[in-house]
Amino acid sequence: MKPILEARHIDKYFEGPVPFHVLKDINFVVNEGEFASIMGKSGCGKSTLLYILSTMDTKYTGELFLNNELITGQHPNKLAFLRNRYIGFVFQFHYLLAEFTVLENVILPARKLGIKTSAEIKADGFNKLKMLNIEHLAEKKASKISGGEKQRVAIARALINDPAIIMGDEPTGNLDSTNSENVFNIFRRLSNEEGLSLLIVTHDKDFADKTDRIIEMEDGRILI
Amino acid sequence: MTNWAVILGIAKTHLRSKFRQTAIAALGVTFGIGSYITLVSFMTGLNKMLDDLILNQTPHIQIYNEIEPTAVQPINLYEEFQGYTTVVHSVKPKQVQKKIYNASPMMDHLNNDPLVKAALPQVKTQIFYISGSIEIGGNLTGLDILKEVENFNFGDYIIAGTANDLKNTENGILLGIGIARKMSLDIGDRVQITTVKGEIFPLKIVGIYQSGIAELDNIQSFANLKTVQKILGEPNNYITNINVKLHNIDNAVAMAGVIEEQFDLTAIDIQTANAQFETGTQVRNLITYAVSITLLIVAGFGIYNILNMLIYEKMNDIAILKATGFSGRDVQYIFLSQAMIIGVIGGFLGLLLGFTLSSLIDRVPFETESLPTISTYPVNYQLSYYIFGIAFALIATFFAGYLPSLKAKKIDPVHIITGQ
Repeated sequence: MKPILEARHIDKYFEGPVPFHVLKDINFVVNEGEFASIMGKSGCGKSTLLYILSTMDTKYTGELFLNNELITGQHPNKLAFLRNRYIGFVFQFHYLLAEFTVLENVILPARKLGIKTSAEIKADGFNKLKMLNIEHLAEKKASKISGGEKQRVAIARALINDPAIIMGDEPTGNLDSTNSENVFNIFRRLSNEEGLSLLIVTHDKDFADKTDRIIEMEDGRILI
Repeated sequence: MTNWAVILGIAKTHLRSKFRQTAIAALGVTFGIGSYITLVSFMTGLNKMLDDLILNQTPHIQIYNEIEPTAVQPINLYEEFQGYTTVVHSVKPKQVQKKIYNASPMMDHLNNDPLVKAALPQVKTQIFYISGSIEIGGNLTGLDILKEVENFNFGDYIIAGTANDLKNTENGILLGIGIARKMSLDIGDRVQITTVKGEIFPLKIVGIYQSGIAELDNIQSFANLKTVQKILGEPNNYITNINVKLHNIDNAVAMAGVIEEQFDLTAIDIQTANAQFETGTQVRNLITYAVSITLLIVAGFGIYNILNMLIYEKMNDIAILKATGFSGRDVQYIFLSQAMIIGVIGGFLGLLLGFTLSSLIDRVPFETESLPTISTYPVNYQLSYYIFGIAFALIATFFAGYLPSLKAKKIDPVHIITGQ
C-alpha cells in the first residue's frame, strides 16, 4: 500500500503566558484508498493536527510527508500549490463564496490550478455536481441553497482537482442525520469506487465506526 | 505563477456585490481627479492670461539710456589713492542725452540678428494735457504703430479707432481712456498738449487706448514716431528707446547682457522686469497642487476604508481561498486589483468630469473692462495635466489598497476556520 500522508514526530505548542503542549510526538500514516477518522474529545488537539496535516499551519516541529515528499519547511506558495493540487477540504461550516454561483465555487480551485481550459474545467465541475446529484443547482447563487446542499457543493469543490486525499473537519457536525448519512455515503463511495484517501475529524461515534480506521486521540497523543 | 483571469474575476465579483460602496469609493477618486483637472486648467489658464497680458505687450528687451551716477568716480582712477578708502559726497548723475546714439545702425544690426524677431524704435517724452486752464501730466510715446500691432498685439488695446487711423493721421493721437474720460474727450475731438519746454500742439484724437492697468491709462497716450519727434523739435534719428522682441523669450537674459556690453546702454530683459510676476504664478500653482493633492488623499482614505471593511466582511472567503490553494500573494492581488479597478474607473471618470467642468468654465462669460481681449474665463487644456491626473489616481489608489491587501495576505486561514 502506498502511503499518501505521513506524520513523523509532530510536536506543537500553543504559545501564550503559559506554553501549552498541544500535540505530543504524533506519528501515523494514511495509505492510498484508506478512509480514516480521527476521534477524540474537544480540546484533545484533533483539529490542530488536521490543520498541520493540511499544510495551512506551519508552526510545528517534526516532519510531514505528502506522496513521500517532505513538505515541512516548504515555501508558503509551494504549500498553497500542494493544497490546491493534492488536498481537498470539507469543513463543518460550508464556506462557499456567497456571491458566486455553485458551479463557480466548485471550479475555483481548478481555475487557480490553471492546467485545463475553462471549457474542460466547466465540464469537470458539472460532472462532479452530477456525481453528487446536485447538477440542477449549478447556476444558483451559493447563498441561496440549503445547508445539506452546501456541504455537497463543498465536497464537489474538494474533488475538482482529483486530489490525493480529502480532509474533513467535522463535515457532518452541522447537518441533520439524513444529510449526515448522505455525506457519509458519498465519502464511502469515493473511497470504494475512486480509491480516494480520506481523513475526517469527527466526534460523531456512529460516523467514525463506519470508517475503515479510527485514530483515537487524547491529550495530544494518539491512543491507537 | 499567478492566474490573473481568476484573480480579476474574483475581484470583479467582490466589487459588483458591493456596488454601492464601490461606486462611492470610485466617486471619491472621480471628484479628486475632476477637481484637480478643473482647478489646474482654470488656474493655469488664468496664469497664462495674466502672463500674456504682461508678456504680449512687454518687450523682451528694452534698451534705453539710464540716468545714473558714474560707477567709477575720477578719484578711483587716480593712482596715488589706490588702496585707500575714498568717500565722495553728493554724487550727481552723469549728464547723458536721452537719445540713443546711432540708433538706426544699431536697429539694423539687431534686426539682422537671427535671434531677434523685431527691434522697434520709440520716443518717450513727458507732456501735459491741457484742458482750459488745467494741465494734467502724462506720457506721450511715439511709435511705429503697425509694427507694434504686429509684434506686441498693440491692436488688442485700441478700443476705439484703428491702428491705421493713427498711421494715416499726421497729427493723430491715441489717447489713454483714463485721460479721455477725465477730459470728456472722444474720437474726432482735439486735445492740446504742451511739452516740458512749453510749446503747445493741438492733436486730433483718432483712437482710444486701454491697457487694463488704470494707472497707465490715466497718463499714457501714443502718436506716430514722426509726430513726437516734431513735437520735441528733434530730427528723425532721435530715438529714446528700442524694444526688442525675440523668437525665444529664454534668450532674453543673455541677449540683454550682450547688448549692454556692446553698446554701453541699459538693457532690461523681461525676466528681470517682471520677476514678481513669476512669483505670483508659482504661488498660484502651489495652491492648485496643494488643494488637488489634499482632495486625492481624502479619496485615498475612502478607498482604504472601504477595502478594510471589505476584508473584514470577506474573512471567510479569504480563509477558504487560502485553504483551497490560493497563496497569500494571490489573495493580496485580489484586493489590490480591486483598489486599482476603483482607481482606474474613478480616475478616468475624473478626467471626464474635469474636462466637462473646464469646458463649462470656458463658456462662462467673463467680461471686464481691464481685460479687453477676454470674453470668457480662460481655461488651459493641456494633455500633461490629464496624464498627471490619471497617474496620481493610480498611485494613490495603489497605496490606499496596499495596506489592506497586505492584511488580507497575512490572514491566517486556520485562525478563521477554527475560530468559528
